[in-house]
Amino acid sequence: MKAKVHVTLKTGVLDPQGKAIGHALASLGFQGVNDVRQGKYIELEIAETDRAKAEAAVRQMCERLLANTVIENYAIELVG
Amino acid sequence: MATPAPAARPNDLMGLSEEEYGRVLAILGRAPSLTELGVFSVMWSEHCSYKSSKKWLRQLPTKRPWVIHGPGENAGVVDIGDGLAAIFKMESHNHPSFIEPYQGAATGVGGILRDVFTMGARPIANLNALRFGDPSHPKTRHLVAGVVAGIGGYGNCVGVPTVGGETNFHASYNGNCLVNAMTVGLAPADRIFYSKAAGPGNPVVYLGAKTGRDGIHGATMASAEFDQNSEEKRPTVQVGDPFTEKLLIEACLELMATDAIVAIQDMGAAGLTSSSVEMAGKGGLGIELDLDKVPMREPGMTAYEIMLSESQERMLMVLKPDREDVARKIFDKYELDCITIGRLTTTGNLVVKRGGKVEADMPIQPISAQAPEYDRPWTAAPRKQPLAPASVPAHDPAAALKALMACPDLASKSWIWGQYDYLVRGHTVQQPGGDAAVVRLPGSGKGLALVVDCTPRYCAADPEAGGAQAVAETWRNLTAVGATPLAITDNMNFGNPERPEIMGQFVGCIAGMRAACTALDYPVVSGNVSLYNETQGQAILPAPVIGGVGLLDDVTRTIDLSLKGPDEAIVLIGDTAGWLGQSLYVRELCGRDTVPAADSAPPPVDLAAEKRNGDFVRAAIARRQVTACHDVSDGGLLVAVAEMALAGGRGFDLKPAAADVPLHAWLFGEDQARYVVTTSDAAALLKAASTAGVPARVIGRTLASRDLTLDGRLLISLHDLRVAHEGWLPAYMAQGL
Amino acid sequence: MKSAVIVFPGSNRETDVADAIERASGHRPIMVWHRDSELPDVDLIVLPGGFSYGDYLRTGAIAARAPIMQEVVRRADRGTAVLGICNGFQILCESGLLPGILLRNASLKFVCRYVGLKVETSQSLFTHRYQAGEVLSVPVAHGDGNYFADPATLDRLESEGRVAFRYCSMQGDLTPEANPNGSARNIAGIFNPTKNVLGLMPHPENATDELLGSISGKALFDGLVDSLA
Repeated sequence: MKAKVHVTLKTGVLDPQGKAIGHALASLGFQGVNDVRQGKYIELEIAETDRAKAEAAVRQMCERLLANTVIENYAIELVG
Repeated sequence: MATPAPAARPNDLMGLSEEEYGRVLAILGRAPSLTELGVFSVMWSEHCSYKSSKKWLRQLPTKRPWVIHGPGENAGVVDIGDGLAAIFKMESHNHPSFIEPYQGAATGVGGILRDVFTMGARPIANLNALRFGDPSHPKTRHLVAGVVAGIGGYGNCVGVPTVGGETNFHASYNGNCLVNAMTVGLAPADRIFYSKAAGPGNPVVYLGAKTGRDGIHGATMASAEFDQNSEEKRPTVQVGDPFTEKLLIEACLELMATDAIVAIQDMGAAGLTSSSVEMAGKGGLGIELDLDKVPMREPGMTAYEIMLSESQERMLMVLKPDREDVARKIFDKYELDCITIGRLTTTGNLVVKRGGKVEADMPIQPISAQAPEYDRPWTAAPRKQPLAPASVPAHDPAAALKALMACPDLASKSWIWGQYDYLVRGHTVQQPGGDAAVVRLPGSGKGLALVVDCTPRYCAADPEAGGAQAVAETWRNLTAVGATPLAITDNMNFGNPERPEIMGQFVGCIAGMRAACTALDYPVVSGNVSLYNETQGQAILPAPVIGGVGLLDDVTRTIDLSLKGPDEAIVLIGDTAGWLGQSLYVRELCGRDTVPAADSAPPPVDLAAEKRNGDFVRAAIARRQVTACHDVSDGGLLVAVAEMALAGGRGFDLKPAAADVPLHAWLFGEDQARYVVTTSDAAALLKAASTAGVPARVIGRTLASRDLTLDGRLLISLHDLRVAHEGWLPAYMAQGL
Repeated sequence: MKSAVIVFPGSNRETDVADAIERASGHRPIMVWHRDSELPDVDLIVLPGGFSYGDYLRTGAIAARAPIMQEVVRRADRGTAVLGICNGFQILCESGLLPGILLRNASLKFVCRYVGLKVETSQSLFTHRYQAGEVLSVPVAHGDGNYFADPATLDRLESEGRVAFRYCSMQGDLTPEANPNGSARNIAGIFNPTKNVLGLMPHPENATDELLGSISGKALFDGLVDSLA
């Protein structure tokens, strides 16, 4: 089973990288991009076949390591 | 053993010429397999074989009593006393950096670090010489940002301070940036590790990161010009991992403290191929590799791919028999792969097996013994004429100074080196921005002075004078901080050697370097050659970049260039005829750079005067007779004193001191063999100079104020000069954000 | 004073801080490899600067979860002095011993330079040899030094006197120009509630030697020797 984890900054946390990306897009001529937030995408290949157990395990991984919950949110999608 | 299956005569000889391919057939007595052809193509590439340059490099002086090992090893080794050796080299990563600036520069740093620690030396300092295109060129800003980020990203993470460097801009580098990285390391003089393999039957062990498909044929890419299709070469650029390199450094140094290692070499250009061939070749032995054992991070890699991969952060070593466990234990601690992948043999052949099949079985000695060596036709550059100062406009000195201090070559580069950790390890005594970096050697009271330098426009106008000047300028830089220059490493960056005028530049620069190294007792102990730095026939200004290393017996005696106190005498050491030929004054302010190398002669280098003047200055520094010292180079005298004023936050008054030299030539001429010093006892200093036969005259005084004045007339305030000097690069890089 | 420096894969300022401690105390600290099972009984634990685990995932994230850190947390809770410098500060935040987090510098670039540092309080075993309000000259060298915490946490740090240092001009003004990384309220270093744990981004260990420029950091190490000997 594959777990797709998106880790994103909580609203209100300054994101200078996102801002830099926004400026670069604008200077390349792309109009109408109002805001850019940059996050992380982590893919995990896990052996567990039970969906509920897998989700619970990945949630634990996010809480304990993959996301710093002071400033980050996470979203989990299971595939397969 | 079965003969490897020959490759069908390929359309693409992988960079080999027809004649070279003919040599391969003669050596093997049959057609080569794909893997064998790959081995020849990388080992005989310009980058690995030096086939166009070897003949000339042999002319450089490489032996002095303090040189423990000169060119021919991974890096040069110099005895610095107290049982210590300094091990250093400079290398280029020009072509990869142009294609992918961050990774190209990063892996350049990684590669040169490995060349140093593979010899048992802990890297203690990094330097770099960067050359980019004209600031107005669309790619320049992107290259600067990427290269600087890559050097910092790798060097900072590895924990080696980046303490010095130089950065130039010129249109000839528009399509070919230059990224030259230098590393200096320290090792016990009686514990240097060499690459010569010994002991048939001894295990051949692979260390470090896993092998992937990175950079296959990186060596052949570095041996060819760019064309419109160069963008597609992106997959051949290697990707570095400085964290793994840091672990590799610690693990290797720990293993080197045991007696387990017979020989060791890093896997750099041409990866497993060059390291195995060179190690076995030096020992006159054969080597057998079972590629199935190589740790891989991609599935289905062929023998060809594994042998040519340029995956980073890998080493190859020969261990004493029964020492494999010692190695494995240390490498387990650092969680790095350490695995025996082969054995040394007596056959003299490189035998490569994959999946049970023999993919290569070829004699090793002919790879080096019969490597092509070319004596390429060359033509000397036409002699240039000295530039009469009267034929050069005399601009207002204040305006000229301000314009020069803000021009790309002279502007402050703190935007760059402020992104490098120059303090880690806690021994940086003189940081970037001065004449040379100074690094303390723990436990000995000594220090090393380090510098990189070159003036390409001089080399284009007169290669021999330019080559000598590059060596002499580094020698002056080291002297100016109080050090005794010991030896150099050279990084020769040139265009296409198949063009006689380019080959002539190379030959001329070598001749000049040879003369300077000999006269100054300053041998070459290592180096690198990068050719084919051309795009669509447009070559770079030739750049024989010199990396100099000097020794301070007492590191506390080093001095810097900053003006220290008010009312000190400013003394000029050396003669001034007012040489404006190939000066920045003429190039920046008089628009005389439109036809490269077509104009005037660069300043001549009087090696006897360099030695006399420099030895005098060094002694004066050691006697504490001077309070500040700066050598005079790009921009000339007024620029030099202005740089001292900015560093010290203090003003000065200069009194032009040569009636027969026009003012603008005296202020901005780039006569060589000169230093500016400050002293509280000018009479004593002048007397000592006179005794030594060294020209010296008082040319001004330091002030209590922060004004720069000429004969009492205000030129510019320190504040305004600082704004101009420090403003250009940050403003330039901020555009387009 | 007995001290230990924890060395993670990728740490690179462990000898810098060991030298500074030896200069101040006459004793060299014990270097403890992160996988050692024993953390000796010491008065001071130091988490040095560097790029532990290459800064992968987040700076300090993986090191903070190393088994040895559980013991460091236990000792800190029992009152042992813990000093986290640069990467060490990042690890302390990731481990929960200090609040907040160090983000990428606002300029998005690594910065190595001397900064002005204002001592906010002399009421701690680390800073008691300084005067409150004193301005120091200390180098920074980091790419991720931008201290962030929510406003309530920042207010609490300030009201509890737990801000240790702030970036300032050499005249002592808390200006944006003096802030090398965009840290909230120019915060350069903070204490835990009982002030036995200090995390700071600047490198006082690189400011203890006359020959290298500044000796502003000396009083921090001398202060520790006083407090803990």
